[in-house]
Formats: sequence, C-alpha cells, structure tokens
Amino acid sequence: MQAAKAQALFKGLTLLDADPVADAEALRRIALWALMVYSPIASVDALDGLVLDTEGADHLQGGENAMITRIANQFWAKGLTAKVAVADTWGAAHACARSATRNTVVVPRGETVRATERLPISLLRLPTKIVSDLHTLGFQTIGELSATPRAPLALRFGPEIGRRLDHMYGRLPEPIEPIRASEWIEASRAFAEPIGAPETINKYVGRLVSQLVAELQRRSLGVRRTDLLVEKVDGTRQAIRAGTAKPARDVAWLTKLFRDRTETIEPGFGIEKLTLVAVMTEPLEEEQRSSSLVGGAVEDITPLIDMFGNRGQRVYRLAAVASDVPERSVRRLQAAAEEIGEKWVHHWPRPVRLLHCPDRIEAIALLPDHPPASITWRGKRHRVRRADGPERVFGEWWLRDSELAAVRDYFVIENDAGERFWIFRSGDGVDPQTGSHAWFLHGIFA
Amino acid sequence: MSAAREHILADLRERIASLQGVGVKGAGSLPFGVAEIDRIFPCGGLAYGALHEFAGGGSGTVDGAAAALFAAGVAARTPGKIVWCLTRPDLFFPALAQAGLHPDRVIFVEGDKDEDVLSSMEEALGYGGLGAVVGELVRLPMVASRRLQLAAERTGTMGIVVRRWRRQIEANDFGQPTASLTRWRVSVLPSEPLPVPGIGRARWLLELIRSRAGECAEFEIGACDGQGRIHISAGSGNRSNSSGLSRHTG
Repeated sequence: MQAAKAQALFKGLTLLDADPVADAEALRRIALWALMVYSPIASVDALDGLVLDTEGADHLQGGENAMITRIANQFWAKGLTAKVAVADTWGAAHACARSATRNTVVVPRGETVRATERLPISLLRLPTKIVSDLHTLGFQTIGELSATPRAPLALRFGPEIGRRLDHMYGRLPEPIEPIRASEWIEASRAFAEPIGAPETINKYVGRLVSQLVAELQRRSLGVRRTDLLVEKVDGTRQAIRAGTAKPARDVAWLTKLFRDRTETIEPGFGIEKLTLVAVMTEPLEEEQRSSSLVGGAVEDITPLIDMFGNRGQRVYRLAAVASDVPERSVRRLQAAAEEIGEKWVHHWPRPVRLLHCPDRIEAIALLPDHPPASITWRGKRHRVRRADGPERVFGEWWLRDSELAAVRDYFVIENDAGERFWIFRSGDGVDPQTGSHAWFLHGIFA
Repeated sequence: MSAAREHILADLRERIASLQGVGVKGAGSLPFGVAEIDRIFPCGGLAYGALHEFAGGGSGTVDGAAAALFAAGVAARTPGKIVWCLTRPDLFFPALAQAGLHPDRVIFVEGDKDEDVLSSMEEALGYGGLGAVVGELVRLPMVASRRLQLAAERTGTMGIVVRRWRRQIEANDFGQPTASLTRWRVSVLPSEPLPVPGIGRARWLLELIRSRAGECAEFEIGACDGQGRIHISAGSGNRSNSSGLSRHTG
C-alpha cells in the first residue's frame, strides 16, 4: 500500500521513515540476548525474525510450551508483540510463526506436513520473483506445491523450490550459523581427519579450555557461560552449554563441566571442528585463597553446584521469610548466594514434612478452641491422645486484601501410636467471616 | 593378661579395617554422645567415609519424617556443608533448623528420578570437604549402594540415605542387602509424658538392624534437641494419663 493511500484510509496516521540498518542492529542485539538466555545456537532469521535451535534446551525452561510462552511474555513486557513457533525444522517454524493467528504455536514432532500444507507459498523463503511466477501458474499453498512433480518445476524455476521444500520437511539439513559478537573470546580447533572417539573429544576439549583460560587470564576475566560448538562432517551442529554460578577461570573446573557431558555428543560420521566460546564473561581478579598461616581453608563448593546445575538438577538453598503462614515462611535462594545468617524464630515445634496442599480431614472437636477428639485422614481414623494448641495464624492483610479476616488455628495432635500431625481449622471457631471452620492436615511431625 | 589380649584384638581389628577399605580407617567417626549407643560401634560412633541407611517404621515408611529428622540431627553435628538430594520437595526446613541445622549449610539438589539422586549423591560424596551427603531414595540397589560406599570411602564424607517408599507394603524392600555400613529404622513412639497436659519431647524407637563388624541393637530415645543430639529416654510407652488433651491460652 502506498503512503498516500494509507493516509486517505486512516485519519491522523503517523508516518516514520524506515530504517533498515537500525532495525537489523536491534534484531542482532535481540538475537545475542536470546543466545545468552535460551540456546547456544541462535541467529537472525530473514529481516524480522530470530531462529533458535532449542533441542535439549527446552526442558530447562519447563517444556516447549512453557518456554515459548515465556519468550512471548518477555517480548510483551517490553511492548513488543512476538509470534513464537516450535517445529521440527527451521523452515516449518519460519512458516508457522508468520502465519499463525495465535502468539504461540507448537507443531508436534512429525506433524510438519499437516501443519504446513495449507500455508501460502510466500512463507517458503523463496525469491519474490519465483513466488509471483508460481502465483501466476495458480499455486497457492505449500501443500499443492509439494504434491507437484519436481522435475518440471526444477526445469522452469531451478533447484531452489525443491531445496526449500526439503529444508521444510527436514530431508535436507539446514544448520543454523549461530550469531557471534566480535568481543567474545573463542578458541577453536579444526581437524584434518574427523574425530569421533570420546577420549579424543575429551583430549581436545581439555586443550581448548586451556587456550580459552589463557586468554581469559590475559584479560582478567572469568566466564559465566561457555558454549562448546561441535561441527560435524555432514554439516550439522551440536552445542553444549556450561554455566557457572560464579565467574570461573579454572582449567580443571571448566574441563570437568564439559567432560561430564561429552557422552551426549553424537559424533555421527565424525567431528570436523570444535569451538569453545565464552558467551558471558565477568571481571575476575586474582585473589589469594590459601595461606600457610590459616590452615583448613573453607571449602568452596561452587564447582559442585555448577556440576549439578549443568546436569539439569534444581540446586537451591532455603532461607527464612518473616511470615507466620507456614507455606510462605520459606523461600528458595540461589545455591551460590551469600550466606544469610538468619533462622526461623519459632518457639513452637514445626513438622518435618509439610503437605503441598493441606489435606481436608474430618474432625470431631468442641468449638471454639479445643483440639479435636478424633480425626479421619485419608479414610483412616486417628483417636487424639494428646494435643497442643491452638496456635493462631492471621492472614496477611497487609499483603492481600482477601485475607483481611482470615484466621487459622493450628494444633499439634498425637494419636495412640505416637504419630504426630499438624492440623488446623480454618477460622477462629466463632466468627464465620474468619474461615469455613473446616479442618485440614498440614504437616507430619517426626 | 587382659591387656595383652586387648592389644591383640585391637591389632586384629586394625588389620581387618585395612582390608575392608583404605578410606574408612583414617576418617574417624561421629559419636552420638550417648554411651549406650556409641559402645556398640567398633569405631565409637557413626563412621565417616561410609554409607548409612535410615528408614522409617509404620507410616514413617511413606512420610520418612522421623528418619529425615534423625538424618538432619546427624548432619547438624558434622562440620562443613551438607548436600541434600531429593525428588519430592516436601521437607519443611524450619523443623530441621529446630534440630540445629542452619539453612545456610544445606544445599538442596532436586532431581526428577531416583537415578538423578544417586548420581548427585555420588558426585557430592566424591567431591570431598562436605560434612554429610543426604539422599532421599525409594530403591537402593546393591550396585548403586556399593558405588556410593566407595565414593564415600575415597573422600571420608559421610553418606546418609533416607529410605522413603511410595506405599507401606513396599517397605519390605528394606530387607534386601546393600553395601551400607549401618542400617537403622526410626519409628515414632508416644511422646514423653509431661506433668501437665500437652505433648512432650518426641520419642523414637531406634533399631540398628545391621552394622558391619558390629552388633544389632535397639533403643528408646528422645528425639533430636536444638543441637541435633538424642538421648536415651527413660519414660515408658505406657501412660496412665489418658486425659492428655490440652488447651494453651496465649
């Protein structure tokens, strides 16, 4: 549409000059961010998109759906509307993201043909000339085009159509060339003969790490995130990312992080090139750790934390929160965070196991503030032999309006066998405003 | 005469210990501070550089509450950091803090499967310099326990496995042999009687089911105090006071 026509259609239209250079630069910066946060293989896709190889990276974000919802939300928070699609191949994801009406699309594994057959051929990443010629011939959708014999098309338009279709259906590999920032420190090694044995890979990973560390030392930097890119003979790429909780420049530590996972590399027909890139670095000054005067230095367990983190385990520490509501009194900290020093200040005993959701129980109790005489939990009746309580917990009205009147009365009860439970009644037993007067079991004592 | 015999016995013990493993000998042990319990161990306490198994009894096989608190009490008395590996994050840390375990000392490693817990435990035991490594596991096959035991021997770190099953009937799995040095069952007992209505200090029945080069035993103990220590409980389980329900005001 021409500018004049658009202005005629819409009143008060603001016109801005296109700035392709600035757009490309901004897109590049976003691609670098995506590479640091989501996946070691990320690049710019066409003029208006990003492409990420999320193989083996999605489970860290809680699955594909959770990951792309998070990506879309992060753009939304910055005032940008992003369309995100996950598919088997770059071509399919490109087409689905640009055609979808929803913001997030997940194409299940092996469903590429069905998902793309109705999409217009303009999404096939073909030159504009070919697309318009195909329109002239009456082709509208990718499905029609892929059902047509290849030979006449190749004779008329050249090999490009077949190549793009094969890219979309995954018959031809289409490796993503990851974006690179010039300031990143790299160490790489190309092999005259492709390598494949795990011992050989380990050996060269060790050498690359020493090279990288020597360079880091020169600039007094430490790495937080390092990628190992494996380029194979058949043109495919695999990446391993190792993150550290603190800036690291220790050869043994970094080598161990990579060697721990070299078994996940599939060498296929052989590896042509190994590249080690320090994606995220932070200044790291030399410091004296051990001294002959101070014996028994405090053991630093950050390497162990990194090892767990890179294996995909959730590593955390717990810290106290000043809240009387039990489920809110604990928060998770990063495992390598500074020591807090504070503890909980309860005088009442607390249960060892806390149920994630309090279990509804049947209780026979004298209102308002007597402990129950018996409870029925999960179909089993427990006679209450002894009890302590109530311990009254008020709702946090200063944080949540709905808890203005809420009250919980906690009791510790013990049955005939000596099993001790933590139960509460919602409400104070008098005023129905404070709660439903239903009984719940919340924890199990040792 | 008896002194000479003691000497020979001590010498023999040392030679057997050196046959059993290199790490175990020098690593020392962590006494419970209760003479009756420490006496039954050849090394005078719960050995460092070895694997120990704690399980619950009765409904404790499923919730593992008493076993976890007992493990926390042991871990609290070791020096250094603790790595706690689990799959079900339902541990309520304030209770562990009441047994003397400071939250800053404990690193939690949460995995999805039992195998993750095993590999995390092995990695942590092999790292060295930690006080104790605790893992909550359903199954502990012989091979896995042997690997953990060897990793513990290498560094002298104490490994503790808290066994916790999905169903109470699965707990007969605890009869299967493992390579752990000691094996305990902790069951809850009615709490210590108080002169007033209310619940006193929790009491446990502590059964030492297996102890390599030692004897089995059982004790009635009072649960962990603020420093993670236990004590032999004098109170009996039978109480005449049936009106134990209490009501505290304020």
